[in-house]
Amino acid sequence: MRFVFWRCAVFIAAAVWPLLWLYEAWSSALGPDPGKVLVDRLGLGTLTLLLITLGMTPLQRLSGWPGWIAVRRQLGLWSFAYAALHLSAYLVFVLGLDWSQLGVELSKRPYIIVGSLGLVGLLLLAVTSNRYSQRRLGVRWKKLHRLVYGILGLGLLHMLWIVRADLKEWAIYASIGALLLVLRVPAIARRIPRLKGKKAPSATKA
Amino acid sequence: MLFKFPKSSDCTESDVTPESLYLSRRSVLGSAVGVIAASSLPRWASADDVARYPGVEPGKAPAWFNEKLPATRWGAVNVKDESITPFKDATHYNNFYEFGTDKGDPAANAGALKTEPWSVVVDGEVGKPGRYALEDLMKPYQLEERIYRLRCVEAWSMVIPWIGFPLSALLKQVEPTSKARYIRFETLQDPKSMPGQRSGFALIDWPYIEGLRLDEAMNPLAILAVGMYGRELPNQNGAPLRLVVPWKYGFKSVKSIVRISLVSEQPKTTWQSIAADEYGFFANVNPTVDHPRWTQARERRLPSGLFKPNVRDTQMFNGYADEVADLYAGMDLRTHY
Repeated sequence: MRFVFWRCAVFIAAAVWPLLWLYEAWSSALGPDPGKVLVDRLGLGTLTLLLITLGMTPLQRLSGWPGWIAVRRQLGLWSFAYAALHLSAYLVFVLGLDWSQLGVELSKRPYIIVGSLGLVGLLLLAVTSNRYSQRRLGVRWKKLHRLVYGILGLGLLHMLWIVRADLKEWAIYASIGALLLVLRVPAIARRIPRLKGKKAPSATKA
Repeated sequence: MLFKFPKSSDCTESDVTPESLYLSRRSVLGSAVGVIAASSLPRWASADDVARYPGVEPGKAPAWFNEKLPATRWGAVNVKDESITPFKDATHYNNFYEFGTDKGDPAANAGALKTEPWSVVVDGEVGKPGRYALEDLMKPYQLEERIYRLRCVEAWSMVIPWIGFPLSALLKQVEPTSKARYIRFETLQDPKSMPGQRSGFALIDWPYIEGLRLDEAMNPLAILAVGMYGRELPNQNGAPLRLVVPWKYGFKSVKSIVRISLVSEQPKTTWQSIAADEYGFFANVNPTVDHPRWTQARERRLPSGLFKPNVRDTQMFNGYADEVADLYAGMDLRTHY
């Protein structure tokens, strides 16, 4: 496996936050409503990881370094893991494991519905992220995984419905998301300059 | 937390850093929530106060407040079998969007608010309109301690010992005319000291406006508060003068009031203007009418532990139905939420 050290570093960097937050909650550094803080942070973490995942392809184009692509799947899976933790924290700390209330929330609250759809999308991508699925699905795999753009939209909508008084934070996430999507428009993607790492043709072909 | 052995070199209460300096130090630390929480612990533990409530950070009360405090009727209204929320939670976890939308923002940013001198404009349908200096406005009233439940529309709640006086007493003093049917409150607008008002992405059209029907305002439970936990109001909790209406969601209890107007038409309140389907004019605590985005049937009483969540059923009118239900006789509270 290539980039073993780099992959491990990304793994640790992504894994450390929920553990740190759990420790903070345990040592009452998250204030009087730690459950709510955890839910919010895990949700923002999901969105952040999704944006970072989507940033890997443009970064690879820009720098020519294949290491970005090497951690892209892992980052996508981390985004799913955060989303799953976000849902679990919501179920435990906000709903208090009241399953009948979950049914009510799922049928009545648009932002919960949108968030759930996004999570189902992430689940679908997570279970088809292995090589077996890639081989099995062939061309359709790539189409399926373009679903991530829609999931990003659902996530941003989910957040927009929660933010009420000040859109600044949301606007930052949304504009980064929009930029990453624009960079995928073929006409623009072709124009992304390669800053360095351009292989000298003679070196490889000789 | 730690053993304390007083030494001659120990700080006395007068050596304690003034709250404003202390809070501005905190604002420098910015959004590093963990750092703030960790760094504040030793100071809380060492603040040697002879307060009525544990852990109360001493403030710098205005002279008129110190004069009135000894005559306060302590515990004039109390709650039964419910514990009072720790001072630190009530002062470091709240909404005051003028200082930012995060629950910790008010405590971190409100140090810059200048509460002295303070004046309040009383105008509209009143016999005695005018601009009153706060110390003059306060002169006629004896302070009372009212220990009330506070239910936030976001489904968390606290129990807070306020110090204040009945709003009805002020209304009698300023003599509403026969045309007065509603009371409208306005919060300070001062972008220099209120960072939330400087945000270009804010959906709130400042200043913050709230209102009550006149008979609601005359109800004995409605008070204007100037203190909490045996001291003056900390800036982040709406110093120097705020409304407390315990049977309504917290956002009705407008903070840092600069203007009180008696009006004939129902005022358009801030949250109504942003999302009328979510925040009504009455905003009475009502477990049977859900917020469009969550249930109001239950609440998290803070502090709530991570694995021992302190969840309880929300009571009609926040448990004050005996005192206020008559105000809404014959009204459909599903449409007048």
